[in-house]
Amino acid sequence: MSDLDAIFRAERGRVLASLIRLLGGFELAEEALADAFLAAATQWPRDGVPANPRAWLVSAGRFKAIDRLRRSGRFRQALPELTRQADSEDNVQPEPQEIEDDTLRLVLVCCHPALPADAQIALTLREVCGLTTEEIAAAFLASPAAIAQRIVRAKAKIRDEHLPYEVPPPAEWPARLDAVLHVVYLIFNEGYSASRGDGLIRAELAAEAIRLARLLKDLHPSPDVDGLLGLMVLHQSRAAARIDAEGGIVLLEDQDRTLWDRTLMAEGTTLAQLAFASPPVGAYTIQAMIAATHASALEPGDTDWGRIVSLYDLLLVADPSPVVALNRAVAIAMRDGPSAGLALIDALLADGRLTAYRFAPAARADLLRRLGRNEEAKAAYQRALDLAQQGAERAFLTSRIEATT
Amino acid sequence: MRYVCLVHFDLAIMQSATPREQQDLDRRSLAYNDELEQQGHYVMSQAIQDGNSAVLVRVRDGKLSTTDGPYIETKEQMAGFVLIEARDMNEAIRLAAGIPLAEIGTIEVRPVYEIPTPP
Repeated sequence: MSDLDAIFRAERGRVLASLIRLLGGFELAEEALADAFLAAATQWPRDGVPANPRAWLVSAGRFKAIDRLRRSGRFRQALPELTRQADSEDNVQPEPQEIEDDTLRLVLVCCHPALPADAQIALTLREVCGLTTEEIAAAFLASPAAIAQRIVRAKAKIRDEHLPYEVPPPAEWPARLDAVLHVVYLIFNEGYSASRGDGLIRAELAAEAIRLARLLKDLHPSPDVDGLLGLMVLHQSRAAARIDAEGGIVLLEDQDRTLWDRTLMAEGTTLAQLAFASPPVGAYTIQAMIAATHASALEPGDTDWGRIVSLYDLLLVADPSPVVALNRAVAIAMRDGPSAGLALIDALLADGRLTAYRFAPAARADLLRRLGRNEEAKAAYQRALDLAQQGAERAFLTSRIEATT
Repeated sequence: MRYVCLVHFDLAIMQSATPREQQDLDRRSLAYNDELEQQGHYVMSQAIQDGNSAVLVRVRDGKLSTTDGPYIETKEQMAGFVLIEARDMNEAIRLAAGIPLAEIGTIEVRPVYEIPTPP
C-alpha cells in the first residue's frame, strides 16, 4: 500500500488540477479526487498499476463525478460542458500536455493577485504541494481552524468572482508569473529564515518552494524562474553549515565551508549564470548571482566583495528597497572598511524606513564592534534584540552583547 | 485523521416541519452516511434525543448528584454527531458541508484528541 500512497502523494496536485478544469470547481474536483484514489486503492492491487496512473486517476475521477451528479439529480444544473463531455466518449483520457497546463492553471489561480497574500500561500501549499491544513498551520504557527477558513474563503472568492482558470495570454504573463514567483519566494523565506517557530516542518517549506520552482521551470521555463530557483538552491546548499549543533545561527563568515553542498552549489551557480545571461535581468537573478559569488569563495577572505558591491548596485536598480540598500552598505563595508558602511547605514536609519527592521541595528552593531566602539555596539545589539522574535536569533544577539566588552 | 461533526440545530425549526419534510430529511441524512461510507470517510454516527431528555451527572467529593438537562440552555441544541475520517481540516469541512442538517442547523467540526497513553 505504501507504493500507492507514494503515487497518490506525487500525483495529487496534477490530478486535482485537471479535475478542477474538467468539473468546473474545487469542491466537485476534490470529491472526485477522493473517489478516484478510493477506486485505485481497490483496483490497482488486483489489476496492477496502469501504465499512466495520472491519466487513469483523472479519467476515473471525472467518471465518478459525473456518476455522482447523475445519481443526486444535480446533473442538470451542472455545467453544459460537463453534460457534453459525458454524452461524448466517456473513456477519453487526457493528453499529458493538457495535464501539465492544468497544473500551471492551478498554480496561477492559487496565486491570483485578487486573493490576500496569506491565502495565496496557504492555498498553494495545500492544493499544489499537497500539504494538509494541519501541516500548514504548524509551519506558520497558526491554528488549523484559522488556516482552514482562509482556504475556504479563498476558494469561495475564486468561485464567486469567477477568477479565471487559464494560462493567461502572453501580454499578462509577466505580471502573473511575478505573483507566482513571489509566493514561492515567501514560502521559501518562511522555511529558510524562520522568523517564528522551529525546525522540521519549516525545512519542509523550503523544500516545497524548491519543488514548486522546479515544477514551474518544467511548465513554463523563463530566466526569472531560473534565477529564483538558483537563488533558493544556493541558499539551501548552505543549510547544514548555518545552524550549529545547538541550533544556533552561524554567520556566513564563520561557517564551515566544507559543509556546503557542492552539488546544489554547482546547480544553483549554473542556473544563476544562465539567467544572468538573458536580459532583462530580474531581482531574483541578481540575488542568485550574489549568492553564487559567495559560493565561489573557498575561504571568507577569498570573497570578491568588489563584484558583490557591483551586483548590489544592479539590484538596487531592479529593487530599490531600503533592505537592499542595507545589504549593499554591508558589502561596501567589507570592500572599503567599516566606516564607509557605517556612514551609509546611519543615513538609511535617519531616513526612518528601517527603524523596525532587526537586521539594521544588528549590522550597525557589527560595524561598530569592528571599529572598537564597543559601548555603541552593545547598545545597537540590544536594539536588535528588542526587535528579534525568533529563538536562535535572540540567542545569537545575546551572545554578541556578552562578547562585546 | 478523525474529526467529529457535532450537529446543532434549533428544535423549534424541526418541530415546525411537516412529517413529510422530517422524513425527507431523515432519508437524506441516512443516504449521506451511506455516501460517506462508500468513500471511506465514515466511522460512526448517532442522533440523540433533545436536551430535555438528559440527566446531568456530577461527582463532587465522592458524592453523586443528578439534575435534569439540558446542560446549556441555548436556542440551538446538539442533535447528534458524525465521526469521520478525513485527510485534513479542509476535507473535513467539505464533508461536513454535505450533511443535510447543515442546511437548517450548524455543524461544529472538531478534530479528535487522542489521549496520550500514560507512561
